[in-house]
Amino acid sequence: MSDGTPGGRFVRKVADKVRRAPEPEDDDLWESVQLARHAERPYTLDYINRLCTEFEEMHGDRLYGDDAAMVAGFGRFHDRPVAFIGQQKGRDTNERTYRNFGMAGPEGYRKAMRVMEVANRLGIPVVTLIDTPGAFPGASAEERGQGGAISRSIQMMWRLDVPTVAVVIGEGSSGGALGLGVADRVLMLENSTYSVISPEGASAILWRDASKARQAAQAFKPTAANCYRWGVVDAVVPEPEGGAHTDHDAAAQVLDQYLYRVLTELSAIPAAERRRARRERFRKLGPLRDPEGGMGMATGRETPPPG
Amino acid sequence: MSVDRLRQLAHRDSRPRKIKADAGTCPKCDSHYSADEMQRNLRVCPACGHHFPVTARERLEQLGEPGGYVELWPELRAADPLQFTDLKPYTERIADAEKSTGMGEAIVCAELEVRHQPAVAAIMDFTFMGGSMGAVVGEKFARACDYAAQRGLPLIVVAASGGARMQEGTLALMQMAKTVIALDALAEARVPVVVVLAHPTTGGVWASFASLGDVTYAEPGALIAFSGPRVIEETTREVLPDDFGRAEAQLRNGQVDDVVDRRELAERIGRVLHILQRPPAEGNGGSSPPALQWAQGGAQKVRSMVGRIRPGSTDGEDAG
Repeated sequence: MSDGTPGGRFVRKVADKVRRAPEPEDDDLWESVQLARHAERPYTLDYINRLCTEFEEMHGDRLYGDDAAMVAGFGRFHDRPVAFIGQQKGRDTNERTYRNFGMAGPEGYRKAMRVMEVANRLGIPVVTLIDTPGAFPGASAEERGQGGAISRSIQMMWRLDVPTVAVVIGEGSSGGALGLGVADRVLMLENSTYSVISPEGASAILWRDASKARQAAQAFKPTAANCYRWGVVDAVVPEPEGGAHTDHDAAAQVLDQYLYRVLTELSAIPAAERRRARRERFRKLGPLRDPEGGMGMATGRETPPPG
Repeated sequence: MSVDRLRQLAHRDSRPRKIKADAGTCPKCDSHYSADEMQRNLRVCPACGHHFPVTARERLEQLGEPGGYVELWPELRAADPLQFTDLKPYTERIADAEKSTGMGEAIVCAELEVRHQPAVAAIMDFTFMGGSMGAVVGEKFARACDYAAQRGLPLIVVAASGGARMQEGTLALMQMAKTVIALDALAEARVPVVVVLAHPTTGGVWASFASLGDVTYAEPGALIAFSGPRVIEETTREVLPDDFGRAEAQLRNGQVDDVVDRRELAERIGRVLHILQRPPAEGNGGSSPPALQWAQGGAQKVRSMVGRIRPGSTDGEDAG
């Protein structure tokens, strides 16, 4: 982030909360939340470097600055050009600060849009990798239009004529995640989460008690399996035994296969048809109450995800 | 109630709260007013101009012509897809909100005339669960876009919302995508969208349709932000100026076109809609309106320069 605002305390607080959380009973859900932001989990560049034979990173939004929390560029994927865009977290303290903990500001979303525009003009598919606790909450980000940067990124993704795939690879929280999430196909790694807000944020707002993150996670159920049931994601990408952090190469290999299959399938569909389906896909999300009675369950899907 | 207190309420959560401004004392200047006086003055303090919250229905009365408006899809109600419970079950929160506000949801859509300009309005109500956007708000907003586009009518949006409705989880987040996509129906029909940002417009509502108006007005003192001041202060330990995120600051930041006093609002909306209205011969909507005839050659050139992403460009893909 060009404004150099420290976000360290927030992340330390979050880490403390995770550590202080009560021992999981038999709770896969909380385990999933923790795995989604495991410090050794592969991040966006870890995947890009394994998916692409070559990758050229682009920098800057041509308006204000370059946001290191967002990575965007062009790579060779199965001998074809693909634009890769994603939030980037850091592994050690210095890198975390440099990457602003994967919390992008308006410059990040504008850089993403710039690369999407080039990809669209050149007929290159766009793949986004989502991994963020949320867009950066800072005064400078607000002054430069954080809200409008996210809404325009959503709008640009919807308007793209080229095939698009979004993959939630770790933590997908809030509008900061959705800013890269409007695609023809949305995939989620097995142990990733996708939610309207982080469990800590929800805990503070809804329970008025920062220590209820675990409870919040249980209420939000933000796992890949649930998102699949709701129709929010189209497929769940399996991870190596124990989680993606145990074997980055294996995790990237599986994702590679899924991406290749999905991009091949999408490329065969005419652009106008793809956009119509993209609109429909998002239009039907969100169940309404059945006037005949009852508080309806989500109607997306009832069967568990494949493989 | 102090301004700080109001600000706190706006940000604390989305629990149902009835904001009363019937009769009492202005939090800003301490002057007293009666309920009648308040209503006549569109819930703006007659002494100092402080803007009190307005419910969606009252807002419709304020903007529309006498003779009123036709409300659209008032029957839609929220489901409980997550069977969500925080301190209270979501179903109970909805029931409470319906009872305390007399509304079905946090948005009211209507067809109306603003200063003789026919339009469709989508008006949010902060008193219903903090104006939060769940599936019903998303669906009604999307329908309002389609409805306006089909009739070639402009859309007027009044935003007043804490953001996405937490209780609908990930599916509430998806409403941001749904509403942004729906707005393009108006772009394709070439009718304008006027957005009014009332206090507060934050989170996922500001980061979706509320920041995509063709013309954007803000009410004086309205908080307009993706992250509210409390979240920012807690996260970054920044010390924020008193007017952080307020309409006047956002005008300076280039985020809105103007700050408009509520007592001028209907007039300003009517005027800008009048200015933007094309002659009937050119059509005011439909699926394939003629290009601006006086600039056709130039327009073609510009379109090919901006590429194929913009909606309504004839060289791009049909958006369907």
